[in-house]
Parts: sequence; C-alpha cells; structure tokens
Amino acid sequence: MKFLTTNFVKCAVKSCDGSEGSFPLKYENCQLQLEEQDFNPEFIVSMLERLDWNAIIQVASDLGNNLLPSQKPEDIDGNSEMLKDLHSLLIETQIIDGEMVCRNCKHVYYIKNSIASFLLPPHLAK
Amino acid sequence: MSGKVQPSEEEIKMETEKFHSRETPKLKEIEFVHDVYNEIAQHFSQTRYKPWPIVSNFLETRKVNSFGVDVGCGNGKYIGINKKVFILGSDYSTGLIDQAKILHERESFNDIIVADGMNLPHNDSTFDFAISIAVIHHFADEKRRIDAIEEILRVLKPNGQALIYCWALEQEKSRRGYHEGMEQDILVPWVLAKKTEGKKNQPKRKGKGNKERDVEGEDLVEQENKEVIVEQIKNEEKPPVKMRFYHLYKKGELSDNCIKAGGKLVREGYERDNWWAIVEKVQ
Repeated sequence: MKFLTTNFVKCAVKSCDGSEGSFPLKYENCQLQLEEQDFNPEFIVSMLERLDWNAIIQVASDLGNNLLPSQKPEDIDGNSEMLKDLHSLLIETQIIDGEMVCRNCKHVYYIKNSIASFLLPPHLAK
Repeated sequence: MSGKVQPSEEEIKMETEKFHSRETPKLKEIEFVHDVYNEIAQHFSQTRYKPWPIVSNFLETRKVNSFGVDVGCGNGKYIGINKKVFILGSDYSTGLIDQAKILHERESFNDIIVADGMNLPHNDSTFDFAISIAVIHHFADEKRRIDAIEEILRVLKPNGQALIYCWALEQEKSRRGYHEGMEQDILVPWVLAKKTEGKKNQPKRKGKGNKERDVEGEDLVEQENKEVIVEQIKNEEKPPVKMRFYHLYKKGELSDNCIKAGGKLVREGYERDNWWAIVEKVQ
C-alpha cells in the first residue's frame, strides 16, 4: 500500500463513522520499502490540495518520520526539491507489512505482502 | 480450452438447495460469491482483460489528476486504463486482489486494497468519481443492492459521478439466452473440469435434448465466455462446480435502484448483455 493511500482509508466499522479516532488509522509494526516510480510533478501539486496534512504528519510519525513541516507546503509549483520529496513519500513509499488500528474501536487491520485488508468479521459488517 | 464439462443435475440441485437454505443474504454472498471468486481467481483473471468501451470512455473523460475509486475492481482491469487519473481499486476477494497486484506491480497511478463494497473504508465525499463494474448484481437482495450503491455515493464528492454495470436479464441475442420473464436470481456455474492426460478422456456430451435447465429455469450449458476451467482436482470428493449468485437486472431496474439510493441519474444504457448507469451524487 502506498503511503498516499493512508490519507484515504479509515476504519470500516459503521459505528466509527464520524468519530475522530477512525481516521487516520494508527500504523504499528510497519515495514516500509521504497519503490522507484515515475515522477509526475503535476499530479503531486494537484494531490497536495486534497490531502489532509495533519493525517499525513500523524501517519508519517507512526512510521518514524518526524521531519515533515507542520503546515501543508504551499506554492510548490517550481520547488522541484519539495515535489520530489513528496513524490518519494506519497508514491514511492510502500507499506509492505504492518497493522492499522482504529483509535476509536481498537479494531486491527493488517497489511500483508503490500496489500491492506479492510474486511470485517461478520458481526461488525453491514 | 477443452470441451465443456457440465455440472450434473444432482450437483445443480444440491447447490440450489444449499443456496436457499442459507438464512441471510450475507451468508449467501459469502458462500456463493466471495468463496467462489477466491477459488477461481487465477483462471477468472485470465479471462478478464478486454475493457468494455463505455467503461474506457468514462475513464478517459475524467479530469486530469482526478481521484477515483473502483469498487469491486477484480484483477484491476480498469485501474490502469487512464494513467492521468489516480484510482484506488478495492475488491472483497483476496484472490482477485492478489491477481491485480501481479498485473499492476509498480504502477504509480493506482493502488489496491481488500475491502467490502458494503463497508467501504473511506470518509464521506472522498473521490471525484467511481466505477463499479459487474459487482452490484452479486448482492443477494434488493435492499443490499441499493445500500451498496448508496455506499458508493457516500464516498463520492458532491456532483461526483459513478458508472455502474450489472448483468442484464435481457440477453436474447447472446447464446446464454436469458430473457424477460425468467427468474432474475440465478446461480451461474464455473465448471471445474478434471485435467486429464489427453483430450480423449474428456467426457463427451452429445445431443442437446438433455435436461439442463433445472436451476431457476436457466440454461446452465452456455455461460459466460470461456468460463470453463480445467483444473487438477486432487480430491475426488471436491465438487467440480462452483456456483456464483447473480441477480439479473431487468430494464429500468438499475436506474430505479440508483434513484432509490439517493443518486441523480445522468445516463443509462445497455452494452454487451449489461445494463449500465451513470449516477451522480447530489449535494
């Protein structure tokens, strides 16, 4: 799972909808891998607009990276260094193994072989 | 692919009884959709590579750098069509997602997860667009089919559009021959045939007058293209046929379900034995 995707997934349990703890999930015991990917600066600029930056900071911190700026970077159009850093973080960083925990209901989701699973046990699924 | 080996009447009857005996639609889906896809994933994936024109066109006309979700992406046939949009593909079947991973390794413009279409792990109003191709027809009652569409609309941004495809009841021109007036809830077999050394050992079927229309009045001989799997069956006791549940949509039903789910119908149509609808999330 790409780091980017952590900004778009939450706890799947319906009763957690709207609760603050259900997004972002807490990432634990994760193994990361850097995977070289095509660099598309325009995509990064456009994606940055829709990112929940606080969630990005929180997940990065879960994964051991506390170096991100506290405010979402702005006007990065020509800032190729910043764009490459974001590309490397969002697109090239893969979580290949680990756990995602809902801070609200404490349900644990697993990432194995780079695939995150959000399937729920029958009693929690609609 | 070798000759078609049919499920026996006994097997069909047994599977149908089993299906009806499962108490809830959820249990029916686990056994007659999810388990089957996991079992047939590898071969199924080999038969799913040709994109349908209307789906491709929908994807090609999305805004550059927009962000979409493919609910029930299977082997990811559609997550790589347009490299100028980012698509998050999800499927209930771990087996199919494993296939998607093999086929879409190291692509920068998509990602895949395992998720349940009825319990999508996304915040409200996350995506610019959505597709759900040949998925909603696997939910085992009407309420769940409408709820599944509602769930897709929930994760779409206001004014975001979803393209939804479901198998049609009206397939007179196809060799399957489903048509108006037939039972809409059917089991479709994926035949597991025994692999043999030579083809001469394949059971032969002669004559077309055999009684092969037992389940829900449907023709179980000619099903989806290439859906005959030849697989080594080590355990002789293992049933050589896997039945998947489908609800065949009749004319007008998909758009009706989309409206009941709270969406605004933008366009609808029929393509290759399927009804499709583009539905928009209202503010």
